[in-house]
Amino acid sequence: MSGLVFDSIVKKFGEFTAVHETSLTIPQGKFVCLLGPSGCGKTTLLRMIAGLEAATAGRILLDGDDVTRIPTHKRDFGMVFQNLALFPHLTVGENIAYPLRIRGVSKADCLAAVKRLLDLVQLPDMAGRPVSKLSGGQKQRVAIARALALEPKLFLLDEPLSALDAKLRESMQIELKQLQQKLGITTIVVTHDQREAMTMADLVVVMSQGKVHQVAPPVEIYRKPKDAFVADFIGSTNLISGRISGSGKLAVAGGTLLADDLPATGDVTVSVRPENIRVTAGRGDSTPGCLAGEVSYIRDLGASIEMYLSVAGQQITAITTPSDRPDIAAGDAVWLHFPKDACVVLGDA
Amino acid sequence: MKIKPRTFSDYATIGFPAGMLMVFFVIPFGIMIAVSFFQRVQGAFYEPAFVFDNYARFLTSFFGGILGFSIGLAALVAVVSVLLAFPFTYILTRMARRTQVVWLVFLLSVLSLSEVLIGFGWSTLLSRTAGISNLLVAVGILDKPMSLSPSFGAVMTGMVYQTFPYTVLVLFPALSRLDPSLVEVARTLGSGPVRSFLNVVVPALRNSIVSTLIMVFVFALGCYLLPQLLGKPSHWTLSVLITDQAIYQSNMPFAAAMAVFLVLVSLSLVAISLLYGKKENAA
Repeated sequence: MSGLVFDSIVKKFGEFTAVHETSLTIPQGKFVCLLGPSGCGKTTLLRMIAGLEAATAGRILLDGDDVTRIPTHKRDFGMVFQNLALFPHLTVGENIAYPLRIRGVSKADCLAAVKRLLDLVQLPDMAGRPVSKLSGGQKQRVAIARALALEPKLFLLDEPLSALDAKLRESMQIELKQLQQKLGITTIVVTHDQREAMTMADLVVVMSQGKVHQVAPPVEIYRKPKDAFVADFIGSTNLISGRISGSGKLAVAGGTLLADDLPATGDVTVSVRPENIRVTAGRGDSTPGCLAGEVSYIRDLGASIEMYLSVAGQQITAITTPSDRPDIAAGDAVWLHFPKDACVVLGDA
Repeated sequence: MKIKPRTFSDYATIGFPAGMLMVFFVIPFGIMIAVSFFQRVQGAFYEPAFVFDNYARFLTSFFGGILGFSIGLAALVAVVSVLLAFPFTYILTRMARRTQVVWLVFLLSVLSLSEVLIGFGWSTLLSRTAGISNLLVAVGILDKPMSLSPSFGAVMTGMVYQTFPYTVLVLFPALSRLDPSLVEVARTLGSGPVRSFLNVVVPALRNSIVSTLIMVFVFALGCYLLPQLLGKPSHWTLSVLITDQAIYQSNMPFAAAMAVFLVLVSLSLVAISLLYGKKENAA
């Protein structure tokens, strides 16, 4: 089996369980984001891959080999730390050559490797600089080059872009993704920024409180969230609870909604993204998939318009573009259209 | 932003410490310098004069040799202390908070022991009748108990014992501030624990190590009881001779001259190290 496999991995710090029993497969060559709020166990999971934390139970396999008990310095994985941890007493070139030098690689080969890696991260001719003279983005690139010097099987990054300002971060995200595609290296990035995960990842692993909620490509995570936590954490959403009232029909406060994949009976919650709700002025006939409401507040942001609506006492948010803006104002009665494929049935969190 | 003091009242806050330094340090030191140029009166004390006899006498090979030995001993004590204390402190800072507190309290209590207690304690421990050589006999390493004191080893043991807690306390803040991810990143790059300690921790704290060496060196240079209690006369330091001249030979001017010289030597060593450190930082 190719790739990285977590087999029933558990991590406890004393009484506190940082990672609950988790089994997960990360295919070879993919770009994976571990996404979740702070303290959700994503960094602990990454540190277990690197061997910086010992798993309390379970196994970690790489390409079928059990690596759980191999010490960090024999794993040969490249890792970029949140604070980058460049060696302050070494120059840029010496930092990058460090993993090669301690393995006895000759000076000439080290120099060639440093040059190649600096070209790769687009910092040519910087080898002689002390690291204290670098900008934040340059330090970032040096840390990446150093982690890649060994041509590792796994490339691990712990919140690598969190120290950069927003604009630089966006461009680094794209660059990192392109670098990964060029090298085809299995990459695992820890982040709490869902935009970052959406930009870079082939596969997003959403975590909270030490549990994995969903593993899926970014678009699927957004369109088909598995539970209320994922739906709420990724973007914003409307959570509407109701009761099954027939085939594909859901009775909610104020009317009936249509949805796919509904169970036969019982209470369920659906997630509807604000941009999927269409709002029209006036009142229509009560039909399934439409609810009557009232405008509480309209927030016009220029590029998008947020409408805060009250439906049978419940707050619903809808977003539209200026060209589709309905002619409504606060206090008006409106008609909300919920397309069938926009109502996603959520499982238990 | 730094605000520079402008008016007299801005400086007033340092008035008290400056006064204390003046009364208890600068004035006594000035008196000592003055005395070092005075003339000794045989059978009496000394009289004011301005002669260089005391310094001239000092420049004989006998006292020069003692000075060399004192500096060498203090340097060796500093090096051994730092060599022992640095890995110890590094491991200590990686331990649980409670363990750290217990160790630091223990080290502080060792630091509170007087030189006299340390000296007599070690001379008992290194003696033939009650010392650790009896333990070595019991284990089978030695045939019969022997006296390990007085000797150079005994002087070193006693002085390192005295300076070790001091060294740990000086190194502790720097080592506990060291970013643990530096060591972790070295491990992910393929360094074993010992290599990452030598390759990363030691160079990252080079400045702290140099300043600790200087502090322990100066601390050890003033030591005069332990060489007397644990060493032979050939292991006596300049401080012992100063005490001897000042108290037993009543030759204050010569004692003062030696003390001034010792201060000048240690000051210049510190200055050289600081200059060297500054150059490295600037590079």
